[in-house]
Amino acid sequence: MKIASRDISAVSLVQEALDKAKKYADYNIFISINEDAAINRAKEIDEKIEKGEKVGRLAGVPYACKDNFLSKNGATTAASKILEPLKAPINATAIEKLESEGAIMIGRVNMDAFAHGSSTENSYFGVTKNSADTERVAGGSSGGSAVAVALDIVPFATGTDTGGSIRQPASFNGVYGIKPTYGTISRYGVVAMASSLDCVGFIARNTEDLDLLMDICAGQDVKDLTTLPDYYVNTEVQEPKKIGFLKDFDSDAIDVEIRDALKAKLDSLKKDGYEIVDLEMPILKYALAVYYIITPAEIASNLSRYDGIRYGYRSDNAKDLNEIYGKTRFEGFMKENKRRIMTGNFVLSSGFYDAYYLKAQKVRTLIIKAFEDAFSKCDMILSPVSPNPAFKIGEKVNDPVAMYMEDILSVTLNLAGVPGVALPVGQTKSGLPLGLQLIGPRRSDKSLLKFAEKIGCKLDEENK
Amino acid sequence: MEITREDIDHLAKLSDFTLSNEEAESLKGDLENIIKYISQLNELDTEGVEPTYQVFEMENIWRDDEILPQDANREQLLNLAPAYQGNIGTQDNQIKVPKVL
Repeated sequence: MKIASRDISAVSLVQEALDKAKKYADYNIFISINEDAAINRAKEIDEKIEKGEKVGRLAGVPYACKDNFLSKNGATTAASKILEPLKAPINATAIEKLESEGAIMIGRVNMDAFAHGSSTENSYFGVTKNSADTERVAGGSSGGSAVAVALDIVPFATGTDTGGSIRQPASFNGVYGIKPTYGTISRYGVVAMASSLDCVGFIARNTEDLDLLMDICAGQDVKDLTTLPDYYVNTEVQEPKKIGFLKDFDSDAIDVEIRDALKAKLDSLKKDGYEIVDLEMPILKYALAVYYIITPAEIASNLSRYDGIRYGYRSDNAKDLNEIYGKTRFEGFMKENKRRIMTGNFVLSSGFYDAYYLKAQKVRTLIIKAFEDAFSKCDMILSPVSPNPAFKIGEKVNDPVAMYMEDILSVTLNLAGVPGVALPVGQTKSGLPLGLQLIGPRRSDKSLLKFAEKIGCKLDEENK
Repeated sequence: MEITREDIDHLAKLSDFTLSNEEAESLKGDLENIIKYISQLNELDTEGVEPTYQVFEMENIWRDDEILPQDANREQLLNLAPAYQGNIGTQDNQIKVPKVL
């Protein structure tokens, strides 16, 4: 990582990050900051360097951890009350790998509780503000991660992406984010949301840093049997020749400034000799409905483990065992968690299973086929991430379906298991960050990052 | 489709939620809107289409049936059990809960 090559001590790097975290306290980015532990880790690394011992590729690099990764250092909340900060006895594999390369967690950052949301407003710890406009949302669910990187508190943050939770906040804050191919990075130790869609990924200020983080964290893990055999490090970068354009989303449903930014980018690619391929994928307009059936169903199953018995919060107002479950879960979950769990139990319940859950799984097959077909015609697709730039805090919070519409362009990738990279491309007239996403076939992650580097905005030119 | 208060009570039971009256009413409206939205899949003909359960390309990852070293031990895990009405949550390597019957 470029920052690691600077002639500066780990302690001063970490101190600088901690100072900035305090300076931007009003943005409500961090749920917890672990100052002493971070400084002590930095001292250890400085001592190693002084003694001439080998240090990792991220030696002394401070980072922010989305609060749904378990770590022995600090306590996990997933931005909910029901985990009642969990002092985890284990490290998530991704955290283990980052820290074994010398990265230093300075704190844990805000998110929608259990990653249910697209704005970081569904957090038990309050809303995180957008880096460009404090009246607007950070995006979500990895809102804290994106704002921490956008305000340059840390060079990178961990994230998870089930339906856009890395790409949309990255785009709302003008930074880069990667949602890898399904199965690329181990999810061991990450609070599960929807297991057939959840991906671990990162938010950073440039694609080289994301590439290094992928090099470090990608790979098969015996503790997560849904990890793919190692492929990332050895992939050869393929320069695309044909770039796909989704005609189905060239409509008023998408903000005109985003559409203009996309078209300007495609025009300039065309001038540079790339072929632009018009794609028609009408099935994608059903992707959001598929997502809001499959995801709640998996959420209902995954979140049934929060019972107030073995760990986390337990209601003191319960008289018997059934009341412990019912009251713990009523008091411990946010309203959006309850909506999703109940929707999930609805689509899975007898009488509705075939009409909703099974139907959605069939349409998911059609979406996967549509992507396979698209990637036989083009190498990558360039599309908006979300239908609009960052919206006002409170604007959609009481209208779940309006909030869900935020995800209409991002969920498709998770349903198909394909990778995507969010990249900043400029600003709206009013100064809000504008982002796009590059989508590729499975295992094209490295090539997506390389091409995103070519077409995205450079954020830290002076550091190059 | 219309969601009744009985439906909400049933779903709350399936979800292990003790809902307040106010929250049940508010969730009723939300769920009605969500279900209305997701019902649009009815427009599609999926006759003969196989369902997708997962997008992982492999199946049946086997490992030997043996106990491997774990990251956390019994004591660490038991220590996570929440306190209850001021009392420690564990006793004799077991988690304490109120009476079941």
